Amino acid sequence: MSDGGASSTGAASDEIEDDGGPTAGADAPSGAGLVADHESHPLFLPLVFLGGAVFGVGLAVSQMARPEVVLAFLQFEDFGLLFVMGGASALVAVVSLALTRSGRSAPLTGRRFGRRLKAMDRNVVLGGGIFGVGWGLSGICPGAAYASLGIGNVVMGYGVAGMLVGAYLQGYLRARRADATTGVAAD
Amino acid sequence: MFELGVPVDLFPRGIGHYLVGGLLIGLGTVIVYVGTGIHAGASTFLESTLSYGSSLSRFQQPRFVRSRDWRVVFTLGIVAGAFAFAIAAGEFAWTTAVDPWRLFLGGTLVGVGTRLGKGCTSGHGVCGVGSGSPVSILNVVVFVAVAVGVAHIAFALGVRP
Repeated sequence: MSDGGASSTGAASDEIEDDGGPTAGADAPSGAGLVADHESHPLFLPLVFLGGAVFGVGLAVSQMARPEVVLAFLQFEDFGLLFVMGGASALVAVVSLALTRSGRSAPLTGRRFGRRLKAMDRNVVLGGGIFGVGWGLSGICPGAAYASLGIGNVVMGYGVAGMLVGAYLQGYLRARRADATTGVAAD
Repeated sequence: MFELGVPVDLFPRGIGHYLVGGLLIGLGTVIVYVGTGIHAGASTFLESTLSYGSSLSRFQQPRFVRSRDWRVVFTLGIVAGAFAFAIAAGEFAWTTAVDPWRLFLGGTLVGVGTRLGKGCTSGHGVCGVGSGSPVSILNVVVFVAVAVGVAHIAFALGVRP
């Protein structure tokens, strides 16, 4: 909010990523520039792998990789998941707000530190509602499902396969709608 | 051994491993963020990975094509980290009692909903809420409220676990 006059290169701190439609990537520089060209840094992929691994350990330690534990939370039998979500987002809040205020850029990509902001539209609520039905029915979400495969829960293959089918379905329907209204920008 | 409708103990398994696990999830996100400036969510992987095999315009957007390689690496990291912990803790090969049809149907809805809604438990729940994003907070309130309702309805209908 304080640095509204930032230069247009890279992702400025409070720039809102508009991924509302298939044309957004072409129209919105913030979306297209999501990953800087510098991601060829030799430490980029190793660092991403390390971050993912720590993330995965966290999902296993917290037992969130087990649908039973998530369902116990959603059925009000065990509120421990509040500490998982709370602990994770609190840590991210401290680091991300501090680095965003510093005005610095990330060492491996040259990308400006910023907040994660998305454009508001109906899909935020509609998508959240559909996700909620799926989460409540099965107790699985994407990150936890990947981790669940890691702990040897092979049955989760059904869940991950379903997620890919669902992601494809919405992509297919949205691409068809976009093709039917070619030239009309999403927002 | 009383059967009560209201939970007497809000945290029957304690809170220690929940808090430590949550902090590690946050740390993993922070490691990627500090080095790259990227808020890594887990659900974009679903669409960016589809871009390898589908020519649909939706998946061929630059933001998916450019990030698909590192998102595969991030996901493999999640699998590897969880694997390492499960081996070390002697819990490897634990399997869920949730029916495959629920995992598949629920997963399909999760795939549609997270991509339509621009994020999931990590993208909106951890990165977005951690960024103080009103859009993410709204999304999280909606998906948690709906999931609580659905889980209670399913339980009332006799669906277990």
